[in-house]
Amino acid sequence: MSTTITADGGHGHAHDHHDADHKPGFFARWFLSTNHKDIGTLYLIFAITAGVIGGAISGLMRAELAQPGIQYLHLWAQWSDGPTATLDQAYHLWNVLITAHGLIMVFFMVMPAIIGGFGNWFVPIMIGAPDMAFPRMNNVSFWLLIPAFLLLLGSSFVPGGTGNGAGTGWTVYAPLSTSGSAGPAVDLAILSLHIAGAGSILGAVNFITTIFNMRAPGMTLHKMPLFVWSVLVTAFLLLLALPVLAAAITMLLTDRNFGTTFYDAAGGGDPELYQHLFWFFGHPEVYIMILPGFGIVSQIISTFSRKPVFGYLGMAYAMVAIGVVGFVVWAHHMFTTGMTVNVKMYFTAATMVIAVPTGVKIFSWIATMWGGSISFKTPMVWALGFVFLFTVGGVTGVVLANGGVDDNMHDTYYVVAHFHYVLSLGAVFSLFAGFYYWFPKMSGRMYSEFLGQLHFWVFFIGVNLLFFPMHFLGLSGMPRRIPDYPQAYAYWNGIASHGYEIMAVGVLIFFINIIWAFAAGKKAGDNPWGEGATTLEWTLSSPPPYHQFETLPVID
Amino acid sequence: MNIAKSIVFAGLLAIGAHGAMAQAPAAEAPVTAAVANEAAPVAAANAAAPAESAKAEAKVAAPEQLKPEPTIGQPQAKELGFQEQVTANGRYALWFHNGILLPLITIISVFVLVLLLYVMFRFRAGRNPVPSKVSHNTAIEVIWTLGPVLILVGVAIPSIDLLAKQFKPAPKEALTVKVTGYQWYWGYEYPDNGIAEYVSNMLPPEKAVANGEPGLLAVDNRLVLPVGRPIKLITTGSDVIHSFSVPALWVKIDAVPGRLNERTFTIDRPGVYYGQCSELCGARHGFMPIAIEALPQDKFAQWVASQGGSVTAKPAEAAAAAN
Repeated sequence: MSTTITADGGHGHAHDHHDADHKPGFFARWFLSTNHKDIGTLYLIFAITAGVIGGAISGLMRAELAQPGIQYLHLWAQWSDGPTATLDQAYHLWNVLITAHGLIMVFFMVMPAIIGGFGNWFVPIMIGAPDMAFPRMNNVSFWLLIPAFLLLLGSSFVPGGTGNGAGTGWTVYAPLSTSGSAGPAVDLAILSLHIAGAGSILGAVNFITTIFNMRAPGMTLHKMPLFVWSVLVTAFLLLLALPVLAAAITMLLTDRNFGTTFYDAAGGGDPELYQHLFWFFGHPEVYIMILPGFGIVSQIISTFSRKPVFGYLGMAYAMVAIGVVGFVVWAHHMFTTGMTVNVKMYFTAATMVIAVPTGVKIFSWIATMWGGSISFKTPMVWALGFVFLFTVGGVTGVVLANGGVDDNMHDTYYVVAHFHYVLSLGAVFSLFAGFYYWFPKMSGRMYSEFLGQLHFWVFFIGVNLLFFPMHFLGLSGMPRRIPDYPQAYAYWNGIASHGYEIMAVGVLIFFINIIWAFAAGKKAGDNPWGEGATTLEWTLSSPPPYHQFETLPVID
Repeated sequence: MNIAKSIVFAGLLAIGAHGAMAQAPAAEAPVTAAVANEAAPVAAANAAAPAESAKAEAKVAAPEQLKPEPTIGQPQAKELGFQEQVTANGRYALWFHNGILLPLITIISVFVLVLLLYVMFRFRAGRNPVPSKVSHNTAIEVIWTLGPVLILVGVAIPSIDLLAKQFKPAPKEALTVKVTGYQWYWGYEYPDNGIAEYVSNMLPPEKAVANGEPGLLAVDNRLVLPVGRPIKLITTGSDVIHSFSVPALWVKIDAVPGRLNERTFTIDRPGVYYGQCSELCGARHGFMPIAIEALPQDKFAQWVASQGGSVTAKPAEAAAAAN
């Protein structure tokens, strides 16, 4: 194994004799980068940018939904589609907003941040490797994201049916996305997904190769930190799921442009085929977004409890189990499509199985803290928030898993509440937790502990006000993806929109904190978190040298 | 071919417009059934205008339109839970949710929260400066794996039972109603009664409110159904996927182009029950509501007659007539 590492570690730059901290010039460093830490930084900057755009779009949506009636949508449509925009174009703009929000947050915020950002930064370091296995491919993975994002944003400015932009929802269901959306917008969005997906597949290949081949001597699979385990499982999910999405949307493209009828019953196809293919990707995709979050939270809880993770093997294999079972539950997203009773029964039962390994993880986190010596630093507070809010989002998933009950909940705001609790309050809390945890390591600066705590509490109150009332709206029957609603839904929608305002203040505090850290933050030591932080990144300087582990660490 | 078509069509209009909103004379019902079933797609779009004149000729007046009860069949302001259910399966599902699932998830969430708070208090660094090194306990790991398994098995039993009830095939006496989703309105057809498809559009909100109905939920032509008789609802889509959803009936079934989906339910009290399209279907997705008017059987028969249909026609005969 060590020979492989040496061979790969020396690959890349044309430094004749480089010392560990020699950095190339600005352009070569950031645009032709082969350094996993720099690429990780690029991913984080990209994800934050995309997150601001995606979050601003949800702000537009909450503004429109704050009261019944159409307040702003028509005005916005006049800006985007020209002064003659009709009300139908305004309604179409709504669909463009929900589509863009979903796609941006999934493909351009959570995935780049959690896998591209933290995965790139810390997987090689945690396994004691000098870099990723394929540094140039790593660079390609990142730079594919940029055109993908530009294509998606660009699609908003070209015709997509009733108005400009792709208004299909992030699921891009046929035939709304084929015969139902004339114009190039949906083609651009599909191409965007293709390119982003290709980048993710390359990234997955890179992570799998790195983790299997480049672990330092003594770093057996069963000694790897749980964050590395989580990225390994996630990489396999990406590798197996994304090609299915690519196939599904390729057939969309040919149906749209070349007269095929894969999803058109008139030509012998079936619109349901698209949904099966999409969700065969789409369900693993939700675990792709949350599993690395599980890994981050495990590291943080162990660090700040000053205890090793409780039930390490159970935790690792629970993630493997979630990954495997995640591939055989997809049609619970399709309970109302007219499946037969036996299929519905199977998907009901299979979906509930996922609660078991997830429960193992929740209880193991609590057991890790049990008997520990807990300090409530900012990352730990975010991790604790994660554990509770993910539990809330998880149990509503158990409710939705029941095919017979889902008949009254499918495509209502209950579903919106559920998946925002596991993603906006799950994945995003783990992202903030990871950011505060590793920010001193990545930047060499300490953030303001006060602002970090304040950010947590403002954000926590905001998102709960924003998303908890959506459970009530959903139970009461309010459908998703509508720009206007009957008067009865006004009260909880108003509360939710106020929740958004509070959450936005929280995000502002986050940015102030980053600026404060760079302007006035104390220098961070090698290990600001004390003896509980046992993984390899804390043995390096903050920030780590440009090339770490030129002499491989040995793990006993 | 075209000439033939227009002749048939002209004749059709002359007879008294058996199409979308046709209120054809009752006496001609059998003829209507035969012709209209073939011509429905065309007639649906074109027969709307003559319908007004046909109404005057109708020998049976339609029953007076039901006023919705403000607390049933529509969402309530500040509501925390499901709408009141008016089908047996809906009440069973509601019991399953409110009696089992909701308490269960509340208990689990509170249990996790209490554990977290306890651990945060008891094992905070100030109180417990020296951490233990315990990282395994096989017994507890087995318990927290098998415990949830048992709970989930307990949940699965009523869940599977509910599915079995919902999928019980429709009995022979069930009334078949065909629902077609269009961008952006619904079409309703009663093949058993010889009532050809008529379309149902959203009422402008001001009109709805003036009418004593909730805005964005009220429609011009409701889907009229009998109380106490099983309904076999067949859904399909004409352009993109729509979803027929009525919360008070616990019914949501997609209307997919090229597919016929089926759902059976029996409404057990008269009333007006509102719903909305529940699958993104384009620009006016939020503006194609559903309103069901459930009538006692005699009133329903009167309504059928007023539409030029026949309520006595058995499904088999209707099928024969349609062929």
